[in-house]
Amino acid sequence: MFNIAFTGEFVAFFVLSVIMICGAVLMISLEKVVHMVISMAAVFLGLAGMFVLLEAEFVAFVQVLIYAGAVSILMIFGIMMTKHQQEEREKAKPLHETLAAVGALSLFGILFYAIRTTTFPEPTPFQGSHDNTMAIGELLYTGYVIPFELLSVLLTVAFIGAIVLAKKGADE
Amino acid sequence: MNSMLPSYLTMAAILFCIGLYGALVKRNAIVVLLSLELMLNAVNLNLIAFSKYGVVPSLTGQIFSLFTITVAAAEAAIGVAILIALFRSRGTVNVDEFNKMRR
Repeated sequence: MFNIAFTGEFVAFFVLSVIMICGAVLMISLEKVVHMVISMAAVFLGLAGMFVLLEAEFVAFVQVLIYAGAVSILMIFGIMMTKHQQEEREKAKPLHETLAAVGALSLFGILFYAIRTTTFPEPTPFQGSHDNTMAIGELLYTGYVIPFELLSVLLTVAFIGAIVLAKKGADE
Repeated sequence: MNSMLPSYLTMAAILFCIGLYGALVKRNAIVVLLSLELMLNAVNLNLIAFSKYGVVPSLTGQIFSLFTITVAAAEAAIGVAILIALFRSRGTVNVDEFNKMRR
Protein backbone atom coordinates (compact mmCIF):
# COMPACT_ATOMS: atom_id res chain seq x y z
CA MET A 1 0.00 0.00 0.00
CA PHE A 2 2.70 2.47 0.95
CA ASN A 3 5.57 0.72 -0.82
CA ILE A 4 7.17 3.73 -2.38
CA ALA A 5 10.59 3.59 -3.95
CA PHE A 6 12.87 6.47 -3.07
CA THR A 7 13.52 7.64 -6.58
CA GLY A 8 14.48 11.16 -7.57
CA GLU A 9 10.93 11.88 -8.57
CA PHE A 10 9.69 10.86 -5.15
CA VAL A 11 12.20 13.07 -3.33
CA ALA A 12 11.32 16.06 -5.50
CA PHE A 13 7.62 15.34 -5.04
CA PHE A 14 8.08 15.16 -1.27
CA VAL A 15 9.94 18.49 -1.05
CA LEU A 16 7.43 20.24 -3.30
CA SER A 17 4.46 18.85 -1.42
CA VAL A 18 5.92 19.99 1.91
CA ILE A 19 6.30 23.50 0.48
CA MET A 20 2.78 23.46 -0.88
CA ILE A 21 1.09 22.15 2.24
CA CYS A 22 3.02 24.64 4.40
CA GLY A 23 1.96 27.46 2.08
CA ALA A 24 -1.67 26.38 2.09
CA VAL A 25 -1.84 25.97 5.87
CA LEU A 26 -0.12 29.34 6.37
CA MET A 27 -2.62 30.84 3.95
CA ILE A 28 -5.42 29.67 6.22
CA SER A 29 -3.78 30.66 9.50
CA LEU A 30 -1.92 33.94 8.88
CA GLU A 31 -3.34 37.19 10.19
CA LYS A 32 -2.68 39.75 7.49
CA VAL A 33 -4.24 39.43 4.07
CA VAL A 34 -1.08 40.40 2.17
CA HIS A 35 0.88 37.62 3.88
CA MET A 36 -1.83 35.20 2.83
CA VAL A 37 -1.34 36.19 -0.81
CA ILE A 38 2.43 35.70 -0.50
CA SER A 39 2.07 32.21 0.97
CA MET A 40 -0.43 31.45 -1.77
CA ALA A 41 2.23 32.42 -4.33
CA ALA A 42 4.49 29.78 -2.72
CA VAL A 43 1.75 27.20 -3.30
CA PHE A 44 1.45 28.24 -6.95
CA LEU A 45 5.21 27.99 -7.49
CA GLY A 46 5.34 24.56 -5.84
CA LEU A 47 2.52 23.43 -8.08
CA ALA A 48 4.48 24.65 -11.11
CA GLY A 49 7.42 22.52 -9.96
CA MET A 50 5.11 19.55 -9.68
CA PHE A 51 3.92 20.12 -13.25
CA VAL A 52 7.54 20.04 -14.42
CA LEU A 53 7.86 16.74 -12.56
CA LEU A 54 4.85 15.47 -14.50
CA GLU A 55 6.45 16.40 -17.82
CA ALA A 56 4.04 19.25 -18.49
CA GLU A 57 6.57 22.01 -18.98
CA PHE A 58 4.34 24.37 -20.92
CA VAL A 59 1.57 24.22 -18.32
CA ALA A 60 4.18 24.79 -15.61
CA PHE A 61 5.33 28.02 -17.19
CA VAL A 62 1.76 29.12 -17.82
CA GLN A 63 1.13 28.42 -14.14
CA VAL A 64 4.04 30.64 -13.11
CA LEU A 65 2.98 33.44 -15.45
CA ILE A 66 -0.74 33.40 -14.74
CA TYR A 67 -1.02 32.32 -11.13
CA ALA A 68 2.22 33.32 -9.43
CA GLY A 69 2.33 36.47 -11.54
CA ALA A 70 -1.03 37.76 -12.63
CA VAL A 71 -3.48 36.37 -10.10
CA SER A 72 -1.29 37.17 -7.08
CA ILE A 73 -0.74 40.74 -8.28
CA LEU A 74 -4.44 41.09 -9.02
CA MET A 75 -5.29 39.95 -5.50
CA ILE A 76 -2.77 42.41 -4.02
CA PHE A 77 -4.37 45.17 -6.09
CA GLY A 78 -7.74 44.06 -4.78
CA ILE A 79 -6.46 44.33 -1.22
CA MET A 80 -5.04 47.78 -1.86
CA MET A 81 -8.23 49.03 -3.51
CA THR A 82 -10.21 47.92 -0.48
CA LYS A 83 -8.88 48.09 3.06
CA HIS A 84 -5.22 47.27 3.11
CA GLN A 85 -4.53 47.81 6.78
CA GLN A 86 -7.18 45.32 7.64
CA GLU A 87 -6.27 42.30 9.70
CA GLU A 88 -8.41 39.24 9.79
CA ARG A 89 -10.20 39.87 13.02
CA GLU A 90 -12.41 36.89 13.38
CA LYS A 91 -15.31 37.07 15.68
CA ALA A 92 -15.26 33.55 16.96
CA LYS A 93 -17.96 31.42 15.43
CA PRO A 94 -16.93 28.06 16.90
CA LEU A 95 -19.89 26.05 15.67
CA HIS A 96 -19.53 27.25 12.08
CA GLU A 97 -15.78 26.62 12.05
CA THR A 98 -16.10 23.18 13.60
CA LEU A 99 -18.75 22.19 11.10
CA ALA A 100 -16.60 23.41 8.21
CA ALA A 101 -13.56 21.55 9.55
CA VAL A 102 -15.56 18.34 10.00
CA GLY A 103 -16.96 18.69 6.51
CA ALA A 104 -13.57 19.27 4.90
CA LEU A 105 -11.93 16.47 6.89
CA SER A 106 -14.64 13.97 6.06
CA LEU A 107 -14.41 14.88 2.38
CA PHE A 108 -10.67 14.29 2.60
CA GLY A 109 -11.26 10.96 4.36
CA ILE A 110 -13.60 9.79 1.61
CA LEU A 111 -11.20 10.90 -1.13
CA PHE A 112 -8.21 9.29 0.60
CA TYR A 113 -10.08 6.02 1.09
CA ALA A 114 -11.18 6.00 -2.53
CA ILE A 115 -7.67 6.74 -3.81
CA ARG A 116 -6.02 4.11 -1.63
CA THR A 117 -8.49 1.32 -2.40
CA THR A 118 -8.52 1.83 -6.15
CA THR A 119 -6.09 -0.20 -8.19
CA PHE A 120 -4.92 1.96 -11.03
CA PRO A 121 -4.15 0.05 -14.21
CA GLU A 122 -0.66 0.29 -15.64
CA PRO A 123 -0.42 3.14 -18.13
CA THR A 124 0.19 2.12 -21.68
CA PRO A 125 3.64 3.26 -22.76
CA PHE A 126 3.46 6.70 -24.25
CA GLN A 127 6.32 8.29 -26.04
CA GLY A 128 5.84 11.94 -25.23
CA SER A 129 7.05 14.19 -27.96
CA HIS A 130 10.32 15.99 -27.37
CA ASP A 131 8.75 19.39 -27.71
CA ASN A 132 5.88 19.63 -25.27
CA THR A 133 4.97 23.17 -26.29
CA MET A 134 4.82 22.36 -29.99
CA ALA A 135 2.67 19.30 -29.40
CA ILE A 136 0.23 21.33 -27.30
CA GLY A 137 0.13 24.07 -29.93
CA GLU A 138 -0.62 21.57 -32.68
CA LEU A 139 -3.40 19.99 -30.63
CA LEU A 140 -4.89 23.40 -29.80
CA TYR A 141 -5.08 24.40 -33.44
CA THR A 142 -6.35 21.08 -34.76
CA GLY A 143 -8.53 19.12 -32.36
CA TYR A 144 -9.45 21.83 -29.89
CA VAL A 145 -9.78 24.87 -32.12
CA ILE A 146 -13.45 25.57 -31.33
CA PRO A 147 -13.04 25.54 -27.51
CA PHE A 148 -9.93 27.65 -27.99
CA GLU A 149 -11.83 30.31 -29.93
CA LEU A 150 -14.71 30.18 -27.45
CA LEU A 151 -12.21 30.81 -24.67
CA SER A 152 -10.95 33.90 -26.43
CA VAL A 153 -14.55 35.18 -26.56
CA LEU A 154 -14.91 34.37 -22.85
CA LEU A 155 -11.74 36.25 -21.99
CA THR A 156 -12.86 39.30 -23.96
CA VAL A 157 -16.25 39.30 -22.25
CA ALA A 158 -14.66 38.89 -18.82
CA PHE A 159 -12.21 41.69 -19.48
CA ILE A 160 -14.89 44.13 -20.65
CA GLY A 161 -17.17 43.08 -17.82
CA ALA A 162 -14.47 43.61 -15.21
CA ILE A 163 -13.80 47.13 -16.50
CA VAL A 164 -17.51 48.00 -16.56
CA LEU A 165 -18.10 46.58 -13.06
CA ALA A 166 -15.13 48.30 -11.47
CA LYS A 167 -15.76 51.61 -13.22
CA LYS A 168 -19.48 51.95 -12.53
CA GLY A 169 -19.27 53.12 -8.95
CA ALA A 170 -16.30 55.42 -9.50
CA ASP A 171 -18.33 58.32 -10.93
CA GLU A 172 -20.50 58.75 -7.86
CA MET B 1 4.97 -0.77 -10.98
CA ASN B 2 5.32 1.92 -8.35
CA SER B 3 3.20 4.50 -9.98
CA MET B 4 3.24 7.90 -8.31
CA LEU B 5 -0.37 8.49 -9.28
CA PRO B 6 -1.93 7.91 -5.81
CA SER B 7 0.53 10.34 -4.24
CA TYR B 8 -0.38 13.08 -6.68
CA LEU B 9 -4.09 12.42 -6.21
CA THR B 10 -3.69 12.56 -2.41
CA MET B 11 -1.79 15.83 -2.69
CA ALA B 12 -4.58 17.28 -4.82
CA ALA B 13 -7.16 16.08 -2.29
CA ILE B 14 -5.25 17.77 0.57
CA LEU B 15 -5.08 21.06 -1.36
CA PHE B 16 -8.75 20.86 -2.30
CA CYS B 17 -9.84 20.25 1.30
CA ILE B 18 -7.70 23.13 2.65
CA GLY B 19 -9.23 25.37 -0.02
CA LEU B 20 -12.73 24.19 0.86
CA TYR B 21 -12.17 24.90 4.55
CA GLY B 22 -10.81 28.38 3.77
CA ALA B 23 -13.71 29.20 1.47
CA LEU B 24 -16.21 28.13 4.13
CA VAL B 25 -14.61 29.76 7.17
CA LYS B 26 -12.89 32.96 6.07
CA ARG B 27 -14.73 36.29 6.21
CA ASN B 28 -12.57 38.44 3.97
CA ALA B 29 -13.85 38.12 0.42
CA ILE B 30 -10.34 38.26 -1.08
CA VAL B 31 -9.28 35.29 1.02
CA VAL B 32 -12.37 33.40 -0.12
CA LEU B 33 -11.35 34.10 -3.75
CA LEU B 34 -7.82 32.84 -2.97
CA SER B 35 -9.24 29.64 -1.50
CA LEU B 36 -11.29 29.14 -4.66
CA GLU B 37 -8.10 29.47 -6.70
CA LEU B 38 -6.50 26.83 -4.49
CA MET B 39 -9.36 24.41 -5.21
CA LEU B 40 -9.11 25.04 -8.96
CA ASN B 41 -5.36 24.38 -8.77
CA ALA B 42 -5.96 21.06 -7.06
CA VAL B 43 -8.17 20.06 -9.97
CA ASN B 44 -5.42 21.07 -12.40
CA LEU B 45 -2.97 18.83 -10.56
CA ASN B 46 -5.39 15.90 -10.94
CA LEU B 47 -5.80 16.55 -14.66
CA ILE B 48 -2.07 16.68 -15.29
CA ALA B 49 -1.34 13.64 -13.13
CA PHE B 50 -3.85 11.64 -15.14
CA SER B 51 -2.39 12.95 -18.38
CA LYS B 52 0.89 11.26 -17.45
CA TYR B 53 -0.18 8.24 -15.41
CA GLY B 54 -3.69 7.58 -16.74
CA VAL B 55 -4.63 4.41 -18.62
CA VAL B 56 -4.12 6.15 -21.95
CA PRO B 57 -1.55 8.91 -21.37
CA SER B 58 -1.95 11.82 -23.72
CA LEU B 59 -1.74 15.57 -23.90
CA THR B 60 -5.50 16.03 -23.48
CA GLY B 61 -5.20 16.51 -19.73
CA GLN B 62 -2.71 19.32 -20.22
CA ILE B 63 -4.99 21.02 -22.75
CA PHE B 64 -7.90 20.75 -20.30
CA SER B 65 -5.83 22.24 -17.52
CA LEU B 66 -4.86 25.14 -19.79
CA PHE B 67 -8.57 25.80 -20.36
CA THR B 68 -9.17 25.61 -16.61
CA ILE B 69 -6.38 28.09 -15.94
CA THR B 70 -7.88 30.52 -18.45
CA VAL B 71 -11.35 30.29 -16.94
CA ALA B 72 -9.86 30.68 -13.45
CA ALA B 73 -8.02 33.83 -14.50
CA ALA B 74 -11.23 35.30 -15.90
CA GLU B 75 -12.99 34.33 -12.69
CA ALA B 76 -10.37 36.04 -10.54
CA ALA B 77 -10.59 39.26 -12.60
CA ILE B 78 -14.40 39.36 -12.40
CA GLY B 79 -14.29 38.46 -8.70
CA VAL B 80 -11.94 41.31 -7.82
CA ALA B 81 -14.01 43.74 -9.95
CA ILE B 82 -17.22 42.72 -8.14
CA LEU B 83 -15.39 43.04 -4.84
CA ILE B 84 -14.26 46.60 -5.61
CA ALA B 85 -17.77 47.59 -6.70
CA LEU B 86 -19.21 46.09 -3.52
CA PHE B 87 -16.58 47.81 -1.41
CA ARG B 88 -17.54 51.16 -2.96
CA SER B 89 -21.20 50.72 -2.21
CA ARG B 90 -20.90 48.96 1.15
CA GLY B 91 -17.56 50.01 2.63
CA THR B 92 -16.52 46.52 3.70
CA VAL B 93 -15.09 43.31 2.27
CA ASN B 94 -16.66 41.11 4.90
CA VAL B 95 -18.60 38.30 3.26
CA ASP B 96 -21.14 38.15 6.07
CA GLU B 97 -22.34 41.66 5.30
CA PHE B 98 -22.96 41.02 1.60
CA ASN B 99 -26.50 39.86 2.20
CA LYS B 100 -28.56 42.32 0.15
CA MET B 101 -28.60 42.75 -3.60
CA ARG B 102 -29.33 46.48 -3.40
CA ARG B 103 -29.00 49.27 -0.92
